[in-house]
Formats: sequence, structure tokens, C-alpha cells
Amino acid sequence: MEEIYKILKDLRPEFDFTESEDFVEDGFLDSFDIISLVSTIEEKFNVKIDGLDVVPENFCSAEAIIALIRKSGGTI
Amino acid sequence: MQNSVIRYLDQTAESFPNKAAVIDKDGSITFRELRDNGRKIGKAISGKLGCSKKPVFVYLPKSVKMISAFMGILYSGNFYTPTDVSFPFEKVKGILDALKPALILTDEKHAETLKEHGVEAELLLNIDSVETENPGPLYLEKTIDTDIAYILFTSGSTGVPKGVIISHRSIIDYIDWAKKCYDISEKNIIGNQAPFYFDNSTLDIYLMLSCGATLHIIPEHYYSFPAKLMDYVREKQINTIFWVPSVFINVANSDVLSRMDCQCLKTILFAGEVMPNKHLNYWRKYIPDALYSNLYGPTEITVDCTYYIVDREFSDDEPLPIGVPCPNTDVMVLDHGELVTEPDKVGELCVRGTSLALGYWNNPEKTREVFIQNPLNHLYEEKIYCTGDLVHYNQRGEIMYDGRRDFQIKHMGYRIELGEIETAALGLEGIQDTCVIYDAMKKEIILVYVGDESVNANSFRAELVKKIPKYMVPTVYHRLQKFPYNDNGKIDRKALMKKYTNV
Repeated sequence: MEEIYKILKDLRPEFDFTESEDFVEDGFLDSFDIISLVSTIEEKFNVKIDGLDVVPENFCSAEAIIALIRKSGGTI
Repeated sequence: MQNSVIRYLDQTAESFPNKAAVIDKDGSITFRELRDNGRKIGKAISGKLGCSKKPVFVYLPKSVKMISAFMGILYSGNFYTPTDVSFPFEKVKGILDALKPALILTDEKHAETLKEHGVEAELLLNIDSVETENPGPLYLEKTIDTDIAYILFTSGSTGVPKGVIISHRSIIDYIDWAKKCYDISEKNIIGNQAPFYFDNSTLDIYLMLSCGATLHIIPEHYYSFPAKLMDYVREKQINTIFWVPSVFINVANSDVLSRMDCQCLKTILFAGEVMPNKHLNYWRKYIPDALYSNLYGPTEITVDCTYYIVDREFSDDEPLPIGVPCPNTDVMVLDHGELVTEPDKVGELCVRGTSLALGYWNNPEKTREVFIQNPLNHLYEEKIYCTGDLVHYNQRGEIMYDGRRDFQIKHMGYRIELGEIETAALGLEGIQDTCVIYDAMKKEIILVYVGDESVNANSFRAELVKKIPKYMVPTVYHRLQKFPYNDNGKIDRKALMKKYTNV
């Protein structure tokens, strides 16, 4: 979990992700952040995220991002 | 003869009264409702202003309501300037200072924001409570087609925004052409991406108004999620899109189309930056029956002045033509005041015609700089607009885009277009996007790219020397997770220059 928050903080240092209930709804992640987040996750966890899995539900919380990494075959 | 763009709505409200005109995430409005709403708002504006031909600023989120606001302002005989409420207020303030609006159309929530930043309450009109205002007359009959319809602000090189003044005539000529060229009718369902302060939205809004087509305002955050975006397109059966190439690239890189049926798309238009054939080929593979068209034009010539309907195959690293001039527009390729007609010779693209903006709002110096006397006409005053874009004719007589005049460099005595290096690098395996900048102090060509980790400076050099002269091969390489983008969704070159050069 901490690892995910660190990635998010590096991406958008101005936001406190631990306070948000929905990163997408709250506007913490814009379109280009999502692209960047996907490539960071792919590199860090050595996974390939399917384009069809790039949907708001998979990026709304740290838990959702962890579930996505596991679904894509990564270990966290 | 049509004197105002608002006449489009008068007509479609009669022909398609109950058809949905605009749809957003909160609801929709029919053509009749849009007209009636517009007239109501128009009367409230003239009741408050008591005059016409004044700038009215619109401070509302992108929505059905914002379109109603535009219609109201046009019905009142005034002209509008839209913005984005998510802009930092500093930017909004810059526009307000330059525009000096007679009135600001907003809602309760955003009126508070404006007041907090010191905007006078007397300037504000709440769009949700216009009925309580004293209605005034509609000055429509007094409008002539050379009057202003809207002013769009673009960023100026000095940091002061420039207000580009567009007349009713410019929009009418452009829309009448687009309607015919792309065969748009009430059957078209348009998926809007362009922000309303960006000139591309003119095509979406005024095709909807003039043809009785339906306009979907696609929720902004869908552009972050290509699968969600294309699912929306499929679900709403959107058949017409006019998006910036960045969105097409994003969808292609996510490989969404291979697993989603988006054959509903029939008319696919793009403009605003260079469309790489690599990504266009992806779209053409999965949606082969659609019409694809590359449009070109800066805000100063309404929306577009050239177009190319994709009519043949291109390899991934070939550039796409920007085509031929739109009718009733004259494109002149000039090199030091001389007309360039022979193929492959580069010159600056200059435009003549009714699509030309009336100039920059309250900025005669900047206006004089780029709206100049036609150097080929010594007999009477005739303005042309110099785009600062370099182009050449190919052997087929099509116009090819070479890059910005200011992206042209002289390196080791050679004249180099940075765009050419970008196109060559983009054709390499594992490369998603590229941007080339030049450090004039260090005399270094720098390639910034988004792509696979496996690609490095050595592999770049090895491949690029096969495509471009050695003197054009970049010496410095930076890999990024993503590019910085400006408000219009284009790569922010200035930010890259700041980061990687001493210039």
C-alpha cells in the first residue's frame, strides 16, 4: 500500500492521496497522469496492463490499483 | 443572406424542434428548448446591458448550460468569450484584464469564485435566474455578418493572452463548407472533445446548430481511459468526431480498437497537431470504412484553412499531407515575399479569405505583426495572415506541413526542421511519441521521447542514420514517462526547453 502511495505522491506531490476516497472523481489524476501511472506500474511490477483494464474503477483507490497489479500477474 | 450564426438555431428549432441538440452527463436540451432558453437569456443580457456588440465573458463549466449561454449572448447581439473554470485564476484574470467584459455570465457557485477574486458583483449575471431580470430587446436585426461572434484567447509568447476576434461571416463560410465536404446532416451524432475555448469546438457546435445534428459533450475524464472513451462512443452510437491527435494516439497505444467494435464511427476528423501515420494506420486497420480527414489551421483563421481526405496507404514513418485549401480560402506559400509554387520548396503558409480573424482584441501592434498587407498586391489594401508554419507542396500538389518557423534551426550550416527528426524517430519500434528541441547554446539536437526502456541512445542513432542525414541525428536523448502538455492538449515545448536546455 505504502509503495502505491509513494508512486502517486511522486506523480502529483500537491495532493494527499490518503485523504481521497476516489482519486478520479476528486480530480487527482488527469489523463496524462493515468498514462504515466500505467507505465510506472508496468515497469516497477514487471506486468503488462491490458488497455481494456485502464478504466476509472481500477484507479480510484490504492486498493483498486493493487488489485489491478495482481490481476495483471504482478506481486505486491 | 445570413447575418448571424444564431440564424442557424432559428432554423433548426423550426425543422427539428423536439430533437436532442446537446447532451452532457447531467441531461439534454432540444433545439426548441435551446432557442427558447437562448432568447430568454438574450433578453436578460440586453436588459442589463442596454446595448449590443459588447464582450460577454462566460464563466461556466463545459455543459449544455454553457451552449445556452453562447446562444443567449448571440441573440442579444453581443459576442462571447469562453474559458475553463478549472484554469488557475491567474490565467482567468489575464483574460478578464485583456477583454474587459461588459458582463459575465455565470452561475451561483462560480459567481462566488469570481467575487472572491475581486470581480465586481455588478458585472455578473446568474444564468439560472435570468427570468427575474428586466428583459430587453434582441438586437439581432442590427447584427451584420462582419460583426464579432466570439473572441478566443490563445497564449501569447510574452505571457499576455491574445484575443482572436472571429466574425459571424468567418464561421458561416467555414461551417457551410464543412457541412458539404463531410456530408453532415441531422443524422450525425457528434462526440465533442475540444474545450469550448479551443477553436476546434467551433466545428462541433456550429455543425450541430446548422444541420440539426446531436452534440454529445463527452465527460472530460473519459479521455484518460481509452476503453471507457470508446465504450461511450459505441454506446451513444457517435458517428462523427473531431479530436486532437493526442487522443487518437492514446487510444492506439492502449490497443482498445482491436477488441471493441466502434464501426459506428463514420467521419473521423483531426487537427491541432501532427497526426503520426503510425497511429492513424492503427485506426484505419480497425475502422476501415470511416472517412478520415486531416485538417489544418490556427485560431486566427477561424478553425481550418486546408484539409486532406485520406485517400491512400501510408507507411508508418511517412508524413500525412495537410492537403488543399478549403474553398473560398486562398493559401499562399511565401518565401521572403515571393510565391512558392514548385514542389519541395519550403515557405511560410499565409492565408487570404473570409476565414481571417478581424485581428487581436485591443492589441493593434500584435495584429499588425501577423495580419500584413499581401506582398503580391500593390494596388489596394488587402490583409493576409502569416501563420508562422512552414510547408511545401509535394509532387501531387498537396501541401505538406514541415513545422513551425520557430522550430526550424540552422545546425552545422544546415537548415533543419525539427519535425522531420520527430517523424523519423517515431517510425522506430517501441517509440510512442517524440519531441525534438534544440539547444542553440550548446549546439545540441535533443530528442525527448516516450517509449520502451529497451530503446537507448545507441539504438536510436543506429536506426536514425538510416532515415535522416547524419547532421540531423540528435546527440542527446531523454526518455520520459509522459510529455508535459499545455491547456490545448499539445506537447508543451516550452517546458521541455526549460528542463533540458540553457535557452
